[in-house]
Formats: sequence, C-alpha cells, structure tokens
Amino acid sequence: MKHLLNERVAFQTLVRKEIRRFMRIWVQTLVPPVINALLYLLIFGGLIGTRIREMDGIPYMDFIVPGIIMMGVITNSYGNVSSSFFGAKMQKYIEELLVSPVSNITIVAGFIIGGVARGLAVGLLVALVSLLFTQISPVHPIITVLVMVLTSITFSLAGLINGIFAEKFDDISIVPNFILAPLTYLGGIFYSVSLLPPLWEMISRLNPVLYMINGFRYGILGASDMPIWQSFAVITFFIFMLGFIAMRLLNRGVGTKQ
Amino acid sequence: MNALSIRQLTKTYDNSVHALRGIDLDVASGDFFALLGPNGAGKSTAIGIICSLLNPTSGEVTVFDHKLATEREVVKSMIGLVPQEFNFNVFETVLNVVTNVAGYNGIGWSEANKRAEYILKRLDLWEKKDTPGRQLSGGMKRRLMIARALIHQPKLLILDEPTAGVDIEIRRSMWEYLTEINEQDGTTIILTTHYLEEAEALCRNVAIIDGGEIIENGRVAELLSRATMETYVLDMLSKPTSTSSQLGPFALRYRDDDTIEVDVPQGHTLNELLSSLSEAGVRVSSMRNKSNRLEQLFLQLVDRDSKDSLGGSASNAS
Repeated sequence: MKHLLNERVAFQTLVRKEIRRFMRIWVQTLVPPVINALLYLLIFGGLIGTRIREMDGIPYMDFIVPGIIMMGVITNSYGNVSSSFFGAKMQKYIEELLVSPVSNITIVAGFIIGGVARGLAVGLLVALVSLLFTQISPVHPIITVLVMVLTSITFSLAGLINGIFAEKFDDISIVPNFILAPLTYLGGIFYSVSLLPPLWEMISRLNPVLYMINGFRYGILGASDMPIWQSFAVITFFIFMLGFIAMRLLNRGVGTKQ
Repeated sequence: MNALSIRQLTKTYDNSVHALRGIDLDVASGDFFALLGPNGAGKSTAIGIICSLLNPTSGEVTVFDHKLATEREVVKSMIGLVPQEFNFNVFETVLNVVTNVAGYNGIGWSEANKRAEYILKRLDLWEKKDTPGRQLSGGMKRRLMIARALIHQPKLLILDEPTAGVDIEIRRSMWEYLTEINEQDGTTIILTTHYLEEAEALCRNVAIIDGGEIIENGRVAELLSRATMETYVLDMLSKPTSTSSQLGPFALRYRDDDTIEVDVPQGHTLNELLSSLSEAGVRVSSMRNKSNRLEQLFLQLVDRDSKDSLGGSASNAS
C-alpha cells in the first residue's frame, strides 16, 4: 500500500515537472504550432479552399479543421516526450529517476501524460483558432475526446521510444521530419483517400495516421473514410505495441544504462 | 549489520574493458568509508552499479540486508547519491530540483517543501531557492547535489568526489556537515575523493581500488601505520656542514638554498631526525609534510600494484 502511495506521489511529481517544462518555454512549445495551424487554415482553407468548395460533401474548411488539429496533437505529443526524455539523458538528470525508487511503468506514465498534456493544449488552442474560420462543434464529443487522447498517447509513446534510442540531437529530429511528417500529410488531412486511385488508396490505408485523423473527423463532423471501430482498433493496437516496447527498453536499460 | 556488502562484483563494458574484476567489499552501518583509487580504477563503476545506474556483469550487492537484484526499489530508497558530474536540470530552480527528487521518493509536496527548506538553509542555499541551477556557482551546484541526495533522508550516502572544484572554505563547511550527519543521524557515508587529506580527515575505514580490484581494505589508522616512509619539507636558518645527501637513515634533497626535503623511514622518529639535523649544524625554522601520509601510502600501493600487474588495469572505464 505504501509502495503504491509512493508511486502515486512520484507520478504526480513527474507529471508536474513535465507540464512545468513545456509551460516554462510556451513561446517555443505552444505558439509555433498555433501559428502553423493558422497559416494552414488561411492558405488551404481560406484561399485554396474557396476554389475546392467541398470534399465528400463537406465544406473544405470544415473538412480540414479536424486534420489540422490532429496534426498539432500528433507532432507536439511526440516532440514533447522525445525532447524531454532526450534532454534528461543529455544533461544526465534522468539519473535522478534511475536512482530513485520509481518503477519504470510510472516513468513511462509520467512522460506520456506530459506529452498528452502538451498535445491536448495545442489541440485546444488550434481548435479555438479554427473558430475564426468556421463554426463547427463535435457531432460525437466523447469520440472526439477519446480519439484525441488516445492518439496523443500513441505518439507520446513513440516519442519516448525515440528519446530512449536517441544519442544526439539529430536523432530526435530525423523521425519527425522524415517519417512523422510524411505520414501525417499523407494521412488525409487535406483530402479524402476515397479520391485516390485504388492502388494509392490501398497504400494509404496502411498508414496508421489516416485512421486517427479520420476517427477524429468522425467525432467532429460525423464523416470518415472508414468505420470508427477501425480507428479505435488501430490506435489501441499501437498503444499496446509501443507501450510494450517502451517498457521493455526501460527494463533492459537500453539508452539509459550501460 | 553492514550498510553495504559486495560479493564478486564484475563489470565488463561493451567495449570489453574489464572495469571491475570480482571485488568484495563490506561497509559497516554508520561508517564513514573512503573508496580511493586512481582515475579509471573502477570507483565510479562500482558506485554506478550500487546506485542502479549500471548493470553488473555478475556478482551481488546487498544494502542493509536487502539484495539489489531482487529488492531494487527498497535498496534505492535507502541510498542517496552525489555523483561526480553535475546532473540536475539546469533550467529548474534550486527548490524544484530538490523537491522533484523528494517526490520521486514518495515524499508529498508539503513535507518535501519543509525538508527542502531545512536542508537548503543548512547548506546556505535557501536564498537561492528560486534561482535556476545554471546560475549557481560551482560550489553552490555541489551543495545543491548534496541537498538533493539527502532530501529523502537516506541511510547510505554515496559521494563521488563531492568537493572537486570547491574552494577551501566551502570544502571545510561540507566536511563539517558530512561529519554531522554521519555522527548525529548515523548516516553511513561512502566517499570517493582525490583529496586524500579529505579521506584521512573524515573517514574511519578505507578501500583502495586499482585496475578493477580492491588492493587494500582496512582502518585508515591501520593502513597509515604501514606507510614505509614520510617526507618532510624543512626551511633552514643554517645549512648542514656536510654536502652529503644522506644523514644517517635520512635521505636529504635540496629544493633551494634554504629548503630541504627529508625522507623519514618507518621506525624512525622526528626526534631522531631533529637530533641528526642539529648535530649536522642545521637550524630548522619550520617544518611540514610534503604530502599527507595517506597520499604517500596510496602512491606506494598503486605504484606497487601497477608494477605487479604490468598494465592490466581497466583504464578509462570509470
């Protein structure tokens, strides 16, 4: 019982530290994604969108808003955990955790909640900014929140694994730039995969981000390229897989112990 | 009860460097213990394993009768570590650095703040509590690491060169504080240091590690009695009448016109030395140790060991 209480205090401490970290540098962590989203909404929604008019029968501005919110959630959840964990390794203050009686599951949970907090903060800010362009409210609020939180957990876990393996700064920028960004842009933010030729549609359906963006779009607009259960199935699968990998790496001391 | 027991502990790094070659070590509860050794001897590797920062290759570590391999969380809760390098988040404030570690050890927010206030005041850091770590001086950073290591009141405190780069005044005050927590709180302390006068002044027992092996282990006083020679530096008012470099059993070396070094072999007293000098016409104005006794013994032991093993040490491993 005492052990559980200690773990709870350790978890709260780690979460508080993680939230304090990104709030302390809010100009670097919260403002840029909002400006990015604003530009996307202006250029794709406001300028190009007026020519496209509709996508799958939905006004184009409304169609892209869920994807742009999710893009912020995904990149910031990932970036928060990868840079925080890697920074802790670089400055060696990860040792504060390693020498303390904190279980690895608590370490994982603490970093993940930090990533989720930043992902949701950015998602909320981008959603508020989008209200300047369109007036939409979630058709399925619970599904909207669930998909956003679960997606944030998924990419926080992926960021943690990146942080565990990273040995230099390049290592935490390669994955976001060369893997995460293409998957996100090709994940149906700006278009419906049903418009693609069959081969490309099939290839697109191998992209897990597609299921997350469409799940979120379903929550907000009630429209999606695939059934909502598929979105939940894919997200849940990745959470378990990435969570298992992260725990195994920490238990074996990969990237943290020699 | 032993605070720490190590049995046949080995560590071989991925690059095949044998940092520890089966060391055995016991540190009694309440002891102030020095772990000495040259750079690359294996000190930091041993500490890293005890503190769960490194995985051992083989062997067993027990802390207050709890095995590290099977009761890791319990063992961790009993240890406080002050590492060699600064390893706190330099962007966090002093207070947050300390209270974060309190939280990791299960100490609630209000209790953590109370303890932090006491310990930061004791270490003259309270006025800096809202200052980010990066703005502290070297001495303050060292004290912050001690405060952080003590916040959960560990039964075993391990300090890896805690006074490196610290000025004399702060070093002395840290000595006082460490002696106080050892004597009053009963905290067992293991200290590694390059300042051997520090080990001689503070510690009751000592182990010397070299090439990944314990080459000496015992009471400081006992080890010192085995020093075969002590060297003194003498300032002279008048020089010896003879130019010989030997004065009975004592070897003389001139540093300059007014200063000589004299080796006093074990078994000979300072009275004998002063009598011999007086007979040789030397008037001494002042006298001091060239280096402290533990340092001389340490150099003898490490030198002997390196000659014995002819380079079979674990260099650059720790």
